[in-house]
Amino acid sequence: MIPRSTYQRMLGWIGRITLICIVAFLILPAAVVTIAAFNDKPILSFPPQTWSWRWFARALAYDDFRHGFFNGLIVTAWSSTIALFVGAMFAFAIDRYRFPFKSLIEGILVSPLVIPHFTVGLGFLILAAQVGLSRGFAVVVACHVVLVLPFVLRSIYVSLKNLDQSYELAAASLGATPFRVLTTITVPLLLPGLVSGWLFAAILSFNEFTASLFVTSQRTQTLPVAMYNYVREFADPSMAALSVMYIAGTAALIAFATSFLGLGKVLNIEQTH
Amino acid sequence: MTERPFLRTFTTPAALCALGFAAAMAAVLQYSLRAYVPGSLDPGGFTLANFADLLKPLYARVFFDTVVICAVTAVATLIVGYPLAYALVHIEQPILKSTLLVIVVTPLFLGEVVRTYSWIIVLGNNGFINSILLSLGLVEKPLQLMFTSFGVVVALVHVTLPVMVIMLAAGLSHIDRDYARAAESLGAGPIRVFLTVTLPLSMPGVVAGTTTAFAWTFSAFATPQLIGGGRVNMISNLVYQLGFASFNFPFAATLCVAGLALTAVVLGLLQIAARPLQKIKVH
Repeated sequence: MIPRSTYQRMLGWIGRITLICIVAFLILPAAVVTIAAFNDKPILSFPPQTWSWRWFARALAYDDFRHGFFNGLIVTAWSSTIALFVGAMFAFAIDRYRFPFKSLIEGILVSPLVIPHFTVGLGFLILAAQVGLSRGFAVVVACHVVLVLPFVLRSIYVSLKNLDQSYELAAASLGATPFRVLTTITVPLLLPGLVSGWLFAAILSFNEFTASLFVTSQRTQTLPVAMYNYVREFADPSMAALSVMYIAGTAALIAFATSFLGLGKVLNIEQTH
Repeated sequence: MTERPFLRTFTTPAALCALGFAAAMAAVLQYSLRAYVPGSLDPGGFTLANFADLLKPLYARVFFDTVVICAVTAVATLIVGYPLAYALVHIEQPILKSTLLVIVVTPLFLGEVVRTYSWIIVLGNNGFINSILLSLGLVEKPLQLMFTSFGVVVALVHVTLPVMVIMLAAGLSHIDRDYARAAESLGAGPIRVFLTVTLPLSMPGVVAGTTTAFAWTFSAFATPQLIGGGRVNMISNLVYQLGFASFNFPFAATLCVAGLALTAVVLGLLQIAARPLQKIKVH
């Protein structure tokens, strides 16, 4: 019989080793892609013999990546802003009022969470063809708005639930018009929720790939689509360099979100459902 | 109007969005019932032939493979994710905890393409794993990891892991620690406490996480496309090929509809199977 304290220490060590292995599995691809990005040779080899920054320069100069980046910014700016307005207004209406077709509209708007993105993409592609719309930015933006709306809705709905309505009542009882209450009380109090909802939507839209592949054309392709096309055709480390920049940029945004908005909030959103 | 200010202004844009999305889904449903006219982008008349075609061995095979890949990925993600979620909830040191949180959450926002590309570099014939194995002399020639179901599942587990961990951690963090302490004070060892108290109480999180992992994997496209390289096909890849290689949009739409029906059935069965587990509640 092993003494209890030794047994517990052993369990603790097994737990720690398991955890380290899992974290290693999580980090491995990012670490490997970083090493590969600095490899001077145009083909993949481990460990790299010589090191260089040239793939970073090449990735930054590559036309499809540049266009993809700027297209992505256009699509993301439009879709996350539209989704923010539509989502915030509708979340307010769901929280405060009862109206016809409330749960139907809500159900439809939340359903993209469970419908595969390739189905959503195909749907918008066919719809655009049917109404005679060319594959321009409008279709891509519409598709992205629908895809990020569930996240915006949920994030703002949670903030509204935590809002103390007595401030609004106090303002109204002092004679403020509903519009004045909304702009001077409700919106300022909701601001953190609105900012995190918008940021969440923007990150998701910028990274959206599968539906974008269906609805974008050569002219409107976003960065993930351009990267996908590159990986299919070329094998040099430019893509690795771009991935490293991508990972660094995303990590910086996450760090920003953690320190200014609280990452716990993002997790709370997950917890409430 | 004074009773419900802004009601119409606030609901109209959302109703329009819902209408647009419903129209897009209706378009898929409508196309799934139209005939394919080779060489034309416009569909032919209404028919049920597309749904009959689903039974062809080629397509039935892809459906079967997809369900197997999704199921294996969901279970593997659960096994890998549980210890991580447990650690995330139980670690006390704030720095360690937030570091772990960032490591878990960052990949969620990286997008499928970057993460899949990274796995190509890890799994490829002159990639990271094979270079190590070759230089250590453990293998004579590179292991075939790319273009295999194994490679696809490994990458899919990595893609699905953050969501699973977040859902498990949400479930675990809602468990009152007093139950575990009570069991300990009555003399149960750590393993027994885990198996008889913590694990059963975390079942709602397990069911939610597994369900979501299944649905996410079903929706994956870039991972099976790039790592499977045409040799491992999921429904998503077939939909894309039919649409953009042969312009057979009606049948692509049929696959989407059938895929939705299949996910609904599988997830419904999972919920029914999990019902006895979810009844385990203390309050």
